[in-house]
Amino acid sequence: MIAPFSGFGLGLRPVHYPDFLEREVPVDFVEVISENFMVEGGRPLHVLDRVRQRFPVILHGVSMSVGAADGAAPPYLKRLRALADRVEPLWVSDHLCWTGTGGFNSHDLLPLPYTEEALELVSTNIDRAQEALGRPMLIENPSSYVTFHSSEMTEWEFLAELCRRSGCYLLLDVNNIFVSGSNHGFDPASYLDGVPFDRVRQIHLAGHSQGRTMLIDTHDHPVPDPVWALYEEACRRAGPVATMIERDDDIPPLDVLLDELDIARARSEAA
Amino acid sequence: MMLRALQHEFCAYLLDRPSRIGEQALGDMDVYHHAYRAQLLHCLQDTFEKTWSWLGDEAFEAAARAHIEANPPISWTLNVYGLGFDRTLAGLHPEDPEIAELSWLEWHLRRAFDGPDADPLDTATLGAIDWDGAVLYPVPTLTLGAITSNCAAIWTALAEGNTPPPAERLPSPGAIRVWKQALSPKFRSVDAAEERALRRLLAGAGFAAICADLADEQEIGRILGLWLQDGLIAEISEDHLPMSR
Repeated sequence: MIAPFSGFGLGLRPVHYPDFLEREVPVDFVEVISENFMVEGGRPLHVLDRVRQRFPVILHGVSMSVGAADGAAPPYLKRLRALADRVEPLWVSDHLCWTGTGGFNSHDLLPLPYTEEALELVSTNIDRAQEALGRPMLIENPSSYVTFHSSEMTEWEFLAELCRRSGCYLLLDVNNIFVSGSNHGFDPASYLDGVPFDRVRQIHLAGHSQGRTMLIDTHDHPVPDPVWALYEEACRRAGPVATMIERDDDIPPLDVLLDELDIARARSEAA
Repeated sequence: MMLRALQHEFCAYLLDRPSRIGEQALGDMDVYHHAYRAQLLHCLQDTFEKTWSWLGDEAFEAAARAHIEANPPISWTLNVYGLGFDRTLAGLHPEDPEIAELSWLEWHLRRAFDGPDADPLDTATLGAIDWDGAVLYPVPTLTLGAITSNCAAIWTALAEGNTPPPAERLPSPGAIRVWKQALSPKFRSVDAAEERALRRLLAGAGFAAICADLADEQEIGRILGLWLQDGLIAEISEDHLPMSR
C-alpha cells in the first residue's frame, strides 16, 4: 500500500545540485533518475545522501524494462533494491515500456502492443519487481510514436487492468497523454475517463517539441497551455496528488522551474 | 505476431538489420531509429568531452557513429557504454595515438568518478610494519595505462580552457595512473620505475616483490611516499604472505 502524498517537487539534476545542497528550496520532494545513482560510489551518492537529509526522495527509473519479453534483470532489481534501502524513497517508479531484448538494450522507452499476452507478461514482471524491491511500484504511461495492429485494448484500459492484476499504482504523465493523443489521434479526455484515479499517486508535467511528423516528448520546454489544461482536469479527478515538473534538456536556472512549479500549485488549487 | 517476436523485429529495425516491424506498426518508426542513435551519441559526447573537443565535431561524430553501429549496448546502464571507444578511435586514427590515449584517460577518469569509495590509509596511524611480509592494497579505482603521447598535457590544457599543445610522441613509452581521491578523479604521469612497481602492486604482489624490481631503497621510499601522499593505498596488511611472482 502506498499512502497518498500530496505536494510539489522537481527532478534533481546535476546543474542544480548546489541549489539543493546550499539554499532553501521550496519543494515538498525531489525525484531522481534511479540509474544515475545505482553506482558503486563517488560524488553522486554523496550528493543524494545529503539531499535526502533535507527532502523526501522519489526514485524514478528508465531501465527496468517491465514490458520486455525477457523480463526485468535480477541484477538490476538487486541494485535498485540496495538504492531504495539506502534512500527510503516515497516510492519507486518506472515506465510502461521495454528497452530491449535478447541482451540488446536500446536505452529508449519502446512501445508495447496492448494485448492480453503483453498484459499478462507486464503484470508478472511487475509482480516480480515489487517482490524484489519489497514495495509496490508506480508505473508511468509512456509517450509513443507508433501503435500496433495487434493491440486489443487502449492504453488506459491496459493500465487500469495492470493496476488490478499487479497491485501497482500509477504515475500519470499528462504531457505523455497529450503527446500520444496528438500522435495517435485519441482524445486525452477519453484517456482520463479510463484512468483509475484511486491508483494515481503522482503526476508528471513536462514540455514537448514538434518533430517531423509527430510531437516528441523532449522535456526541453516549459509546460505548454494544453498540458496545463489537461493537468487541471486530472487534478479535478485525482484530488490532491504529488506533482512534479520534468526538465531534462535546456535546463533553466532553478528559480525559473520554481516559478513554473508555482503555476502548478495555482492550477491544482483552481481545479 | 507474439510479443517476443515483435520485440525481436523492433530491435532488428533499430540496428538496421532486416525487419518485418513495418507490417506490425502504425506511426513513425523513424523517431525510434533516430532517438536510439542520438542518445548513444550524446552519451559518448558527454563521456568523452575533451576527446570531442580535440577531434572536432565532424571527426568525433564519425567515430561515434562507427562505434555505435559496431557496438550495440548490452548493459542496463549507459554509464558503461564508453567502454572500448578508445579501441574504436585507435583503429580509426592509428597515426595519431594521442586521440585514443586521450579517450582512455577520459574513460578511466569517468569510471573513477562513480567507482567504489575507499578511505586512503591514514599515515599518522601507521605503526611499525614488517615490510618483508607486508601487502599493500590499492584503492579500488586505481588503474594504470600505457601512453606514447602527450595526452595528459592535452587533457590538462582543455580542462583549463587553454589552447592545447600540438600532439607529440613521448621520447619513450610512458604510463599514467588514474584514481579517485576524496571524491575527485585524479591522474598523474609516472616514470618507468613507478610504472613497474604499480604493475606489481595491481597484480597483487607483496611489498617485498615490488621492491625487488626497484634500484635502491631511496627509490622505494620515493615511490611509497608518492603513493601514500596521493591516497593510492587503502590498507597495508601483514596478515598475508606476499604472493609469489
